[in-house]
Amino acid sequence: MRLSLGPVLYYWQRDALLEFYANLPHARLGTVYLGEAVCGKRHGMRQDDWMGLARDLAQTGLQVVLSTQALIESDVDLRAMRRVAENGEFLVEANDMGAVHALAGSVRFVAGPHLNVYNPQTLAWLAELGALRWVMPVELGRDALAQVLRESPAGIETEVFAYGRLPLAFSARCFTARHYNLPKDDCQFRCLDHPDGMPLATREGQPFLALNGIQTQSAQVYDLAGALPDLRALGVGLLRISPQSSGTNGVIEAYHRAIEGELSGADLEAALAPHRLTDPCNGYWYGKPGIERAAA
Amino acid sequence: MPSTLEAVAGRSPELVCPAGSLPALRAAVDNGADWVYFGLRDDTNARNFAGLNFDSRSARDGIRYAHDRSVKALLAINTYPQAGAWARWERAIDAAADLGVDAVILADPGLMRYAVQKHPDLSLQLSVQGSATNYEAINLFRDQFGIRRAVLPRVLSIAQVEQVIRNTDVEIEVFGFGSLCVMVEGRCALSSFATGQSPNTFGACSPASAVRWEPKGDHMDVRLKGILIDRYTNDENAGYPTLCKGRFEVAGETYYAIEEPSSLNAIELLPQLAAMGVAAIKVEGRQRSPAYVAEVTRIWRAAIDECCANAARFSAHPQWKAGLTRLTEGQQYTLGAYNRKWK
Repeated sequence: MRLSLGPVLYYWQRDALLEFYANLPHARLGTVYLGEAVCGKRHGMRQDDWMGLARDLAQTGLQVVLSTQALIESDVDLRAMRRVAENGEFLVEANDMGAVHALAGSVRFVAGPHLNVYNPQTLAWLAELGALRWVMPVELGRDALAQVLRESPAGIETEVFAYGRLPLAFSARCFTARHYNLPKDDCQFRCLDHPDGMPLATREGQPFLALNGIQTQSAQVYDLAGALPDLRALGVGLLRISPQSSGTNGVIEAYHRAIEGELSGADLEAALAPHRLTDPCNGYWYGKPGIERAAA
Repeated sequence: MPSTLEAVAGRSPELVCPAGSLPALRAAVDNGADWVYFGLRDDTNARNFAGLNFDSRSARDGIRYAHDRSVKALLAINTYPQAGAWARWERAIDAAADLGVDAVILADPGLMRYAVQKHPDLSLQLSVQGSATNYEAINLFRDQFGIRRAVLPRVLSIAQVEQVIRNTDVEIEVFGFGSLCVMVEGRCALSSFATGQSPNTFGACSPASAVRWEPKGDHMDVRLKGILIDRYTNDENAGYPTLCKGRFEVAGETYYAIEEPSSLNAIELLPQLAAMGVAAIKVEGRQRSPAYVAEVTRIWRAAIDECCANAARFSAHPQWKAGLTRLTEGQQYTLGAYNRKWK
């Protein structure tokens, strides 16, 4: 079982983003996903910049995968997706069926977490089209994964979103711009001011969601550290850590030590707690509402 | 492709209406639907609500009623087969073929493949739950499974809808009226995050079993599985707690942070939709009453007929607008994402 680092789902200042990647504990990671997966308007990094960063990271021994945007609406979005799909150098994570169309039958790809793979029949279809790995939808859990893997096609690798604010929904509307009463077409990139999204709470103050442009996330960080024995037993190949603006390296280190068998139980919890952005949740894994925190 | 309103004459988008029950189906047929769509009584469809939908007998009766009046019948099997329960979705496909529906609406590629292999004559449509928001995605389903029609998620602007139509030979259906999903359909796990059940895993959003109404004297709290979705003063209409349409706090402000409790009404866009070659217009609302379905169908039938007779002079009659507004008490209407400013 290895660790992967998901794409940065937020819009960070370019310098902060490059610094983040330069300072990663590269040796602790197996794979890193790069690219803008949320909003095509974010332009701090151009395709050439991502390619340059990808080459730099590949030199450290990491497997680099370029992620496509999850919601593709316009011709501009389609062109951006094709530039990623046809990059010719790095593996691609397809995050919508348009990207699958661009990749199918020509190159191997990763079937991303937004492709809605809920059963082994659909997984087999993607494998035939060239998927070498799939990322389980975040709302599935242990029992559903076991059911899918019971009949999964040979040779396909499984990745599970293990840590971070859950990407729960996508919209045409930008909720960050809406908060500032700005039209999406003139959003003034206010999401730059919210490097971990904007927390949304209920009217009695319960943390509920986080607004990240057109994406809605959980307020809580999903954390499957307590489920490592399950994940290992199911044969999961990669655990995805989703970047946050601070503490990511600490989370990676704690997960790494847990995978190596050096940390578990209360020690693991103590190692993770200072690095978590918010309280954790893990309900999805146990077949409960995602927001809940269940005991393993 | 017609590019002017004059060219609309004779190109009538088909009207696709919801049927949550046999009486609603009859109401849609009697009031001018070209298609009626319905689901079976389980989680194989995205309106898996208690008391709704069809068993094999009522499905047979409904299909006969529609076919006798030259209306087409469409079975929605538009949820994602859950691992371990695959056989239920296969049975639904087999039932569709056996019942003789005119097409099935599917979202899951694995299930499409089963349908194509087992029932090659069954006509396939891509559900809105399939989340195909661009022509590359739609053309993948066409190349792989021969879909005839695709329903677009309610996230595209009118120009983007046209762009899709120009780049595919798959018929394009859009939503015209009814409840509005602000998220891309098939790409929203908010409901399972709060309640454990979502459209993709259970066929329902913000399920009724999770709803609690709590009168508190001077206000009413409405919760989903304990989470406060909204709080109403006694002079406000307390709406159903669809979780994206509640009031929440963001950075010290309390407001409809995701979407107001509004519905979609695109009737004034009819000439444009027809001119760009939209093949069909869908009315949402299998959870609605037969009276609702009758009235919406009647108004949209009249509007489509008038639009196609003279698109250049078309304008939505005030009595149509008033009639549609009456149907959803206290709610506002929006053009949703068709209007870029909404975004």
